[in-house]
Amino acid sequence: MTVRREALGVRRSRRDMAPGNSPNALRLTNATAMPERIELHVKRQDSPTSNPYWEEYEIPYQPRQNVISVLMQIDKNPKTRQGKATSPVVYDRACLEEVCGSCAMRINGVSRMACTALIDSLEQPIKLEPLGKFPVLRDLAVDRQQMFDALKRVKAWVPIDGTYDLGPGPRMPEHEREIAYHYSQCITCGNCQDVCPQVNDRSNFIGAASIAQARLFNTHPTGAMNAAERLEALMADGGLDDCGNAQNCVRACPKSIPLTTAIAEMYRACTLHGLKKLLGT
Amino acid sequence: MNGERIVIVGGGLAGLMTAVRAAEMGMGVDLFSIVPVKRSHSVCAQGGINGAVNTKGEGDSPDIHFDDTIYGGDFLADQAPVKAMCYAAPGIINLLDRMGVMFNRTPEGLLDFRRFGGTKHHRTAYAGATTGQQLLYALDEQVRRHEVAGLVRKYEYWEFLGLVRDADGNCRGIVGLDWYSMKIEAFPAAAVMLATGGPGIVFGRSTNSVINTGTAASVAYQEGAWYANGEFIQVHPTAIPGSDKLRLMSESARGEGGRMWVPRTQGDKRDPRSIPENERWYFLEEKYPSLGNLVPRDIATREIFQVCLTGYGVDGKRQVYLDLTHIPKKELDVKLGGILEIYEKFVGDDPREVPMKVFPGMHYSMGGLWVDFAKDEKSGMLDETSMRNQATNVPGLYAGGEVDYSIHGANRLGANSLVSCLYGGKIGGPAMVRYSREKASKLPAAGAAFAAAKKRWEDEFRTIAGMSGPENPHVLAEEMGDWMTDNVTVVRENGKLAATEEKLRELSDRWNRIGLTDKSAYGNRELSFINQLRNMLVIARVMTRGALLRDESRGAHYKVRDLSKGVTEENALPRDDANFLKTTIAEHTPDGPKISYRAVDTSLIKPRPRKY
Repeated sequence: MTVRREALGVRRSRRDMAPGNSPNALRLTNATAMPERIELHVKRQDSPTSNPYWEEYEIPYQPRQNVISVLMQIDKNPKTRQGKATSPVVYDRACLEEVCGSCAMRINGVSRMACTALIDSLEQPIKLEPLGKFPVLRDLAVDRQQMFDALKRVKAWVPIDGTYDLGPGPRMPEHEREIAYHYSQCITCGNCQDVCPQVNDRSNFIGAASIAQARLFNTHPTGAMNAAERLEALMADGGLDDCGNAQNCVRACPKSIPLTTAIAEMYRACTLHGLKKLLGT
Repeated sequence: MNGERIVIVGGGLAGLMTAVRAAEMGMGVDLFSIVPVKRSHSVCAQGGINGAVNTKGEGDSPDIHFDDTIYGGDFLADQAPVKAMCYAAPGIINLLDRMGVMFNRTPEGLLDFRRFGGTKHHRTAYAGATTGQQLLYALDEQVRRHEVAGLVRKYEYWEFLGLVRDADGNCRGIVGLDWYSMKIEAFPAAAVMLATGGPGIVFGRSTNSVINTGTAASVAYQEGAWYANGEFIQVHPTAIPGSDKLRLMSESARGEGGRMWVPRTQGDKRDPRSIPENERWYFLEEKYPSLGNLVPRDIATREIFQVCLTGYGVDGKRQVYLDLTHIPKKELDVKLGGILEIYEKFVGDDPREVPMKVFPGMHYSMGGLWVDFAKDEKSGMLDETSMRNQATNVPGLYAGGEVDYSIHGANRLGANSLVSCLYGGKIGGPAMVRYSREKASKLPAAGAAFAAAKKRWEDEFRTIAGMSGPENPHVLAEEMGDWMTDNVTVVRENGKLAATEEKLRELSDRWNRIGLTDKSAYGNRELSFINQLRNMLVIARVMTRGALLRDESRGAHYKVRDLSKGVTEENALPRDDANFLKTTIAEHTPDGPKISYRAVDTSLIKPRPRKY
């Protein structure tokens, strides 16, 4: 690891996002140009082993729709633009308010949540593809188990003694709590993995999300008791060393989690931990 | 296998708490969920979790929490479990704190508490405005720990189809459907818990996640479990209307000082910020000087409904203002950031600058599967070691969380749902372990029951896969949702309820003429949805029948004599304790629900009129 990572500690405000990734930044400039129909192209795939293909749909325009409500329209009358009978598009969805992490997909090439992708802010035809860094299961549904497995690798939990009554937890200053709260809002959507050049077929890079979770638990007063174990996990193969400093993750995060700050902080902690081990203290 | 593993269906707060409690006692747990458990609907809970920790010098206590809950629920809740939950609540909050939940803090570094509806005390611990998410994650992390240790096995993207019952009627396991391979399997279990949440999707659009179809509860009901108080549906006063769902605007917005109003002049087109104070009608503060904007949800909902019904809705539409613009922005960001972002993202306006426009939306089912409890006569609370707690009437089948009917009576207070889910798991886990070790381990083998149940569901799905009629399942679901929302939510009238029953029968008939559009043998969600729709239609009839037969108004169930006369005291049927201070019990028959009534435990707080 090199010192250049110190530069990664960029905090990002809620509104400070790259134009391409800023949800709904691309508002239609011409208010009279509201289309009568929405044209949607979806990359479909019938099973993990079959070949993908594109289908096109046309849906009557209504104001204030999102990608999910358009897909729901297709459910009710699954037909392509060419009039061919088809099946509803399969994708993961649950809360539709960007807190469950289900509906991540590539929308016009951008990895983001479908529920907050408002039609009025998207260029048409709208192109939907599955996230590219995860195995496709069917259509836009992908297998993100690696995200949950990574949480096991970094032991992302507070090892409590038991659920019996042991009184209150440790006190915590509110300002520290506020910082930690940013990290605890990670919805495991996978967008950060999807935009990371280091996440690919040839690497087992653990990814930004779980590094940020290690940061979260290492600063919790009880979680900190096992900080060394998490640092060891991050120093192992596929850990922090694989980060290439592209900083795409922080721009893609729908919850504005300061992922690169976490990476920088964890890098420092790992360096210190390594030094201490070297000196036998 | 007997006595060795239990099955939990549903990975929200109730299911995960049950899993942790059982695993802690050395019990193996097979955890089934249609989504990765971290994506369960508990993430949507925003405002907070109630517990009378009394750190604000207000003299709050579990007894006051108990009284607020019983009174808020219009005396329909069995009292012993409620008292036990209120006494357990501070300990549950401490436990979550120890698990690392990032609760907001006071300057001294202690947990902060905010106010919620139906109480005068600061009793609600919160983590920003994403408390449910934070709580679910804490439990998810603990379950992952037990998963790594080998006690918990997760079956994610598996849907619960039905129970396995032996010749004596004991529940011995479940049948599940793999959402991708479409494989159907039977799984043995010493005991089964359903922690599958509420039935919001029965109402089409609601504040619920799209996974909350109530189908698991409906199946259990069809297989013999009682469904209790199904007619009690909470409509949240403040939701953001949307074409795909109604997004919740948490009660915490009012708990932190948000005010509800409409212009005093009908159809006033002015920018809300330019309307002077004396031309604004703060209708809740005016009518309820004591609790103001924090009256319980059923009351706030009806008032908003009436305001719009009489032509005072903003822009003449079904919407009212929820105004936060008088609160400093920094304070809003720290305490309510998460929910304000939702409004900003989906509506495009900044609620720090412009009053939000909201309208009531279906939110929560107080009713659900009937569950037992073991009362401890001395304390008036529960014997928490008993295997009867959270047990349904089907031996070996348990239920916990929103899917069970307990705790909330006729109306749930804000921030009581998270604590009730966790309490259900806290006592449900040990109850199941005890049942497993003392009862299930002595039951004879039931091999044939598994093969039969598996075959039954394989046959059902083969039949659905062959459906080739003209009807579309999503269109039928939309019709069901529209009818249920129009007639079985805020205001009920017998004529409309009877017509809804008729409509539901018609939809069930049309269900037989559905045509499957997805012929795929892999990841076929339409197959699953068609099965769910059948179950939703069944549970919709339970809700409607319960509402039709309950000729009174109580909590969220508000019945009027004449719909055209609106929400007025004269038009509403009064609460009728002599005939209806009773738990509605629905039992499934081929001709529809058979309704009977059970006495409510009112031994601790004498019922009194509910006037805020």
